[in-house]
Amino acid sequence: MSAGLGSPGRLPASFTTPGTSSFTDFLTQVAPELLPGRRTLPAGMNADLAPHATTIVAISTDEGVVMAGDRRATMGNLIASRDIEKVHPADPYSLIGIAGTAGVGIELMRLFQVELQHYEKIEGAMLSLDGKANRLATMIRQNLGAAMQGLAVIPLFAGFDLDAKTPGKVGRIFSFDIAGGLYEEHGGYDAIGSGSLFAKSSLKKRYKRGLGITEAAQLAVEALFDAADDDTATGGPDVIRKIFPVVMTATAEGTQRLTDEETAAMAENVIAARALQPGA
Amino acid sequence: MAMQFYASPEQIMRDRSEYARKGIARGRSVVVLTYAGGVLFVAENLSTTLHKVSEIYDKIGFAAVGRYNEFENLRNAGVRMADLRGYSYDRRDVTGRALASAYAQTLGSIFSEQGKPYEVEICVAEVGSAPEHDELYRLTYDGSVQDEPGFMAMGGQAEAIGNILRAEHSVSHTLGEALKLAVKALSSVGGEGGAARTLAPEQLEVAVLERARPGRKFRRVIGAALTALVAPAKADPPKAEEPQAEPAKPGVSKPAATTKPDVPKPETPSAQ
Repeated sequence: MSAGLGSPGRLPASFTTPGTSSFTDFLTQVAPELLPGRRTLPAGMNADLAPHATTIVAISTDEGVVMAGDRRATMGNLIASRDIEKVHPADPYSLIGIAGTAGVGIELMRLFQVELQHYEKIEGAMLSLDGKANRLATMIRQNLGAAMQGLAVIPLFAGFDLDAKTPGKVGRIFSFDIAGGLYEEHGGYDAIGSGSLFAKSSLKKRYKRGLGITEAAQLAVEALFDAADDDTATGGPDVIRKIFPVVMTATAEGTQRLTDEETAAMAENVIAARALQPGA
Repeated sequence: MAMQFYASPEQIMRDRSEYARKGIARGRSVVVLTYAGGVLFVAENLSTTLHKVSEIYDKIGFAAVGRYNEFENLRNAGVRMADLRGYSYDRRDVTGRALASAYAQTLGSIFSEQGKPYEVEICVAEVGSAPEHDELYRLTYDGSVQDEPGFMAMGGQAEAIGNILRAEHSVSHTLGEALKLAVKALSSVGGEGGAARTLAPEQLEVAVLERARPGRKFRRVIGAALTALVAPAKADPPKAEEPQAEPAKPGVSKPAATTKPDVPKPETPSAQ
């Protein structure tokens, strides 16, 4: 297998060659088979072969950002997982959520986490938030071939910007397209995945500037509820199995995941309010 | 005609050893010791950016003395190896022992195959779930590796420093006690005529592998937290045992980093 895994001799030269602080670049040299974009796929569309992860929303506030994701993964008309976790900390100050082919997305996210930590350890300093977003865009770009054959993955990236000059501009959200395009969302919120249309419509009416982190988290849970209401691939709060959305925040204190009790309470607030006014 | 002089292999190795030892002995020293809450690294280092002590992985720290370019090279290799293993298998599968053995192989072959040996001495430390599971490995220029008993000193006059540690080291020490012992040991040598010196906090590079910390356990102790810890125990402020986290780059709305409460780095991200 790849060099350096249990090899008894001296570390290969690629380990000691100075120059790159990127883990992906390093993998390209020593173990290219571990990179997601390096696999040859048989021709044809493979979209329904693997589970799909669905809706993620992110909201920025004056204190930082909130990101929330539902818990469903689907495979065609089947529910592949009821409790998948699609929102993760990328590093101590940023969050990543994935939509699209779950397997590729999770692999990409793991690689991205190692990439950021690797850079931090080698360089002794963290990448800037823009640097992290650019790095992620490069990784998405490398998946373009697979994306065109149905294994597309789109992340949502958001974080607390340690270098922000203006207060209130600390929470930033970046979205991507499958070709690796990187777009900063200045509107204060964004959503990706199959239910994103409904989640964004929900946020469009309810989002306002100057929200607190907790209010934003509540809003995110509500947006996911709206997405689940109209999109079959997005899972709503599951009160029977006690499965609620994953809600994470990134603020000056770092990233934090809201406890199950907190998200349960938020989901129950939404359910109680909707019970009075269900809509059609 | 030029004469080809014969030098015996023993002579060549002796010369290389002597060369490496001299290089290492010129540098300032580093002390690594275990304490109740984990593993403590203390280096005498005036630079705040060129580190002698650094993080390799979740539970693994690295300390070195000698030539900067050489040990920095080994440190990078260690980070790469650890990240590659952790990415291929699992974060728990990255061990200090495997890293120490890779370093030993590497240093050993450099020593025997290259014209010039690396003038470095390295410590690979891994913090365990309990003090008896902490591991310290000493790696020398020729690739030999030793498992050290809870404390070690490297660099110039390591022997004298090690003797003080041997006499006073205890795994039940608090961080403050362990740090004071390390500073005492480091400052016991190098003064005028072999007398003790005084080391200011600015001359120290201090880091810990904190057992209780979730995820990445490596943390630098800097600024006011360090000053409070090395200060002579007068009032013995209780917060001295709870040093602040390495202040992140100050955000816009944040107060001065040194007055910030201890904010641990969030748990290391892990994917499904």
